[in-house]
Amino acid sequence: MEQEMVLKNENSLTSSLKQMLLKLTPSIKKDGIIKSLKNTGITLLSILLFIGLWQMGSKALYNKEANYRVEIALQEQGEAAAVAERACIESGDSTCQPNTLPSPSQVWASLQSLIADHKVIRADKAAFVEKMAVTNEKMISQGQDPIVYTGRASFVDIVLTSIKTVFAGFLLAMFIAVPIGIVIGLSPSLRSAFNWFIQIFKPVSPVVWYLLVFMIVKTLYIGDSSDNAFVISFISVGLCAMWATLVNTAMGVSSVDKDYINVAKVLKLGTFQKVFKVILPSSLPLIFTGLRITLSVAWMVLIAIELLAQSQGLGLFVWEEFQNGANDSNSKIIVAMFVIGIIGFLLDRLMLAVQNMVSFNKNEMA
Amino acid sequence: MAYLELNNIYKTYGEGDGSTEVLSNINLTMDEGEFVAIVGFTGSGKTTLVNLINGLLQPTSGEVLFKGVPVTETSHERGVIFQNYSLLPWLTVGQNIYMAVKEAFPKENKKALMEIVKNYVGMVNLSPAINKRPKELSGGMRQRVAVARALAMNPEMIIMDEPLGALDALTRGNLQDEILNIWSQDKRTALLITNDVDEGIYMADRIIPLKPGPNATLGPEFKIDIERPRDKTAMNDNPEYKKTRNSIIEYLMDIGDERKTVSDVEYKLPELTPKSFVA
Ligand SMILES: Nc1ncnc2c1ncn2[C@@H]1O[C@H](COP(=O)(O)OP(=O)(O)OP(=O)(O)O)[C@@H](O)[C@H]1O
Ligand SMILES: [Mg+2]
Repeated sequence: MEQEMVLKNENSLTSSLKQMLLKLTPSIKKDGIIKSLKNTGITLLSILLFIGLWQMGSKALYNKEANYRVEIALQEQGEAAAVAERACIESGDSTCQPNTLPSPSQVWASLQSLIADHKVIRADKAAFVEKMAVTNEKMISQGQDPIVYTGRASFVDIVLTSIKTVFAGFLLAMFIAVPIGIVIGLSPSLRSAFNWFIQIFKPVSPVVWYLLVFMIVKTLYIGDSSDNAFVISFISVGLCAMWATLVNTAMGVSSVDKDYINVAKVLKLGTFQKVFKVILPSSLPLIFTGLRITLSVAWMVLIAIELLAQSQGLGLFVWEEFQNGANDSNSKIIVAMFVIGIIGFLLDRLMLAVQNMVSFNKNEMA
Repeated sequence: MAYLELNNIYKTYGEGDGSTEVLSNINLTMDEGEFVAIVGFTGSGKTTLVNLINGLLQPTSGEVLFKGVPVTETSHERGVIFQNYSLLPWLTVGQNIYMAVKEAFPKENKKALMEIVKNYVGMVNLSPAINKRPKELSGGMRQRVAVARALAMNPEMIIMDEPLGALDALTRGNLQDEILNIWSQDKRTALLITNDVDEGIYMADRIIPLKPGPNATLGPEFKIDIERPRDKTAMNDNPEYKKTRNSIIEYLMDIGDERKTVSDVEYKLPELTPKSFVA
């Protein structure tokens, strides 16, 4: 009896401790707010610094190229031409602008123009759909394919295509790599059988994966006129990015803590139960670490693969702008660069959140 | 026929040059309903011995017979309380125990199983923590979950590998009594590994020392002829208790010293300070 009483006292002790802690939390929160304010301050400051340096750098590059052009004009055509060239550059005429690293304000302007362009295209598209509504209805009722809008893709469409490609590739990688990883993780002999395969194909470059997929898909789509660029790019992205998940899954499954296996044995779990109740949960953190790497690799190789596959995504956009060489091409490329970086960052955050959700050892995760 | 029989057990880890013989020539018989405690130094091979009996390990030579049948795998008849708790960290306290009782009583429905889980969680005073994960528990709380999980499966024989090591004296005393209760119901058999001689004397019918390894073997047994139910306070004044306690401790000190003269390796002696049993 006495023991129970003591235990009860212990409980009330812990609850009073809890209350004390609760009282302490407001001040902890305050500290937290100050700290996060400080952190945002530092981040903002570093962003400003970065933009400043970029501004100065682009200015210097701009001047260098401008001076060079004036110099050339002077040497080849004489004084008058040089003055004219200088005047032309300073007037901002697009025919004689130095083509170099764009300044932050130019990039910002390009972003605005890309968004404006998107709005125009969207309006066009809506108008087109409205105009064709009656015709399309008729065509559908006659069993024909409706006429769809085939105009230029806007920047937003391009970004969406890229995201779609990455997700399709990521899902493909997941559905291939996780089951295979589990199977080879469970069986040491399969593991050694697959090892050479993994070791050989893991380092293969995205370009080669693209070529391989292209060879196969091209033949599969023979006689089919539909656009297979999307299919080719997402399969290449998936194959390229799946290795991290495959290796991590196999490692997680094969290195389950001996204690957990002992528990499974003592409880006499069946094979199915053992795999799904013990082995898989215990390897989930590693599997998700693999998936996170896979997603970031997928996003990284996407640009190169879209470029090769001529799929209407960011990769092709960047390449076309570069070939295009128009006055604002360079700043559009930089816009794309930022968009790629920011989306990559957000995707990684998303995966980190999922990873933390499935992880049972929260404090052991980075 | 003895209930449990260990005949000339040798256990070697590893092969070739790197191998060590941890256990040598272990012989032990236990009758049904008996409570045996094994005390030993750290690293002497107690866990190895336990795993040979529960079926997680196979002896290098010799045989383990359970009710006359060689032990080749684990069985629900022999419940194990692991020294390192071995809780599944992704399951809550309740789920950890539920998983065990579901395997032990496959015919019961969910409601009955939940009832069992709640009972045993209550028994180890963890009802408020039933939905917590092991990470959120203290070492002692985890140990209690491990005790509850093993006992909830209602095994015929309870094998305990230092089951109460991480607990304070009070909780420890409480759980000792719970384990004794469960053991005495339906004449269960129990094997307790401990490094606490007092715990062994309070709970067991016999205490057998395991000599320090490598090549650890069992020493002479000490019978505890103190009537049950035992009372800790009264036991302190029992001459039989004092005599047994002293002779066990003397024996352990002797083999501890013996080891020291043979090697320079330091062995941690079991905790031998007299405990205040006033709970
Ligand atoms: N799987 C293994 N492989 C190799 N050696 C092992 C293995 N398991 C245990 N040993 C060795 O066997 C010896 C006995 O280990 P065991 O865990 O049985 O000791 P113990 O008496 O339970 O110790 P403790 O009191 O610390 O729990 C130790 O020297 C240990 O290093
Ligand atoms: Mg041990």
